[in-house]
Amino acid sequence: MITIRGLNIDLREFQLRNINLEIAENEFFILMGPTGAGKTVLLEAIAGLIPLMSGKIFIGEREITGLPPEKRGISIVYQDYALFPHLTVLENITYGLHFHRTDKTHAEKRLDRLLEVLNLFDLKQRFSVNLSGGEKQRVALARALMVEPKVLLLDEPLSALDPNFREEVRNALKRLHQSSTTTFLMVTHDFVEVLSLAGRAAVMNKGRIEQTDHVKEIFEKPASPFVADFVGMKNLFEASFHETYAVVSGLKIEIGRIADPSLHYLAVRPEDIIISRETFSSSMRNNYSGIITQIDNQGFYYEIEVSVTNVSFKGLITKGALIELGLEEGIPVYVSFKASAVHVF
Amino acid sequence: MKREPFFWISVSCGIVIMAFIILPLLQLITAPSLGMLKETIQDKDVVRSIWLSIYTAGLAALISFVLGTPLAYLLARSAFRGKRLVESIIDLPIAIPHPVVGIAILSVAGKNYWIGQILSELGVRIMGSVTGIVTVLTFVGLPFYLNATKTGFEGISPRLEKVSRSLGASMFSTFARITFPLAWRSMLIGLIMCCARAISEFGAVVIVAYHPMIAPVLIYERFEAYGLKYSQPVAVWLVSISLILFFLLRILTLHKVKE
Repeated sequence: MITIRGLNIDLREFQLRNINLEIAENEFFILMGPTGAGKTVLLEAIAGLIPLMSGKIFIGEREITGLPPEKRGISIVYQDYALFPHLTVLENITYGLHFHRTDKTHAEKRLDRLLEVLNLFDLKQRFSVNLSGGEKQRVALARALMVEPKVLLLDEPLSALDPNFREEVRNALKRLHQSSTTTFLMVTHDFVEVLSLAGRAAVMNKGRIEQTDHVKEIFEKPASPFVADFVGMKNLFEASFHETYAVVSGLKIEIGRIADPSLHYLAVRPEDIIISRETFSSSMRNNYSGIITQIDNQGFYYEIEVSVTNVSFKGLITKGALIELGLEEGIPVYVSFKASAVHVF
Repeated sequence: MKREPFFWISVSCGIVIMAFIILPLLQLITAPSLGMLKETIQDKDVVRSIWLSIYTAGLAALISFVLGTPLAYLLARSAFRGKRLVESIIDLPIAIPHPVVGIAILSVAGKNYWIGQILSELGVRIMGSVTGIVTVLTFVGLPFYLNATKTGFEGISPRLEKVSRSLGASMFSTFARITFPLAWRSMLIGLIMCCARAISEFGAVVIVAYHPMIAPVLIYERFEAYGLKYSQPVAVWLVSISLILFFLLRILTLHKVKE
């Protein structure tokens, strides 16, 4: 549906380098990456709002690289809503109809459906200053979808919302995606949004795409140290590989399979690490004794850092487990994890 | 609650400034008798000069609007090399002494300069003509319109225009439906300021065109020839008519907003 080939962009603050993407029709695709990675620039380039230095963009079979934004059939929704302040909610939503030849009854049906799905019926005559953040973003969504775009671009649409509104708009997004043929391309750095909405995703860093894959694959099998760190693989080490084990700073780690000796990295998710006071007798192939160097309160979880010789592992446990095990900084504990939890790349 | 001394210093300064502005104007307005005011407004020269002042200032504002709006938009929306320089050049007319403005314009329009030669071949006269007055007033008024309008455009998020484009509106439609409705108030304030600046110009005009006489020149002539007493009534009429016009403009536009 969207095909991007060899796209390069040079702006003063941002540069995009050799971006290649294929997004299928009606896919929900997410772009992730830290602030300044160039995600918004890529969205605006697809929408035709930023000039390309080189590269080509296709929608279906049609090349749109040289087309002005109004001829592309691509709608965009921003984090800060960008509602037209001098128009009412209804006028905002129907704004695009001025420029599209649409059958009137068809447009009315579509309007009614959008008002219903996004629960906007009672707000029709209001101006945007009198709306809450969640309401504004629902209006922006309705406005963008009213013109039946082939592609909907969403630039961190939920980031500015309070947590309770966020869930409401997120669910609306999901419903809208499922009931339309539009392709959704969304920028976010919230993993909850990624996991609940997207099929596939790409991770961007410094103007380049580091990895494009199914969401599950990105979280479980990151392709680079940057992606591993970005998706929260806190136990990321440089390693050398020998048959079915790896060596990290002199520590031998079983990986349960023969690894390619040309690989360089090893990673374990913190939730796969088990911390106990006594040796954990089970099928875990990797068992080490170490000392707790840090306990970090992260709200619902505690992150425990355990130092095993010169390697420090991070694991997550609940508050209940922390109290039950009587964990404190400086006490000796055991760290264990399955060979299959070890990710190598 | 006991106020800080700073508060009282601020209040005292405020009172001095208010008095400094209001007292001379109040004295000016109340000095001439009603009879004299009536006699003055029946004087054809006075009526002609006030009318000339108003419509040349209006023309200057109109020219600023037509030529200045695209430039103000460009300056508000794009970053380019030399933008600071362009902005400084725009502010120059504010800083130059008024008679110097007149002399500078005359030297460009003179027979020894190519622009002057072209103008004289076209039959356009700057010296001592309405064209000359409008030229000078535009020169001094333009920065006020440009700056107010630029600030207005800058206050509108570019994202509104981007969204409008993505919804199918061309650049022109976007300007007409989004940018202009959101910026017109700043543009109007710019026009009023440009007009006000133009109506009050004396030094530059007197060099380029003593005749036909705009109101400030007439006031000056009456002052020189007959003294304070005979210049005051003309001044009162000029000030009152300008104030009424600006006031009406404000009312009219505020009324529109309510709709």
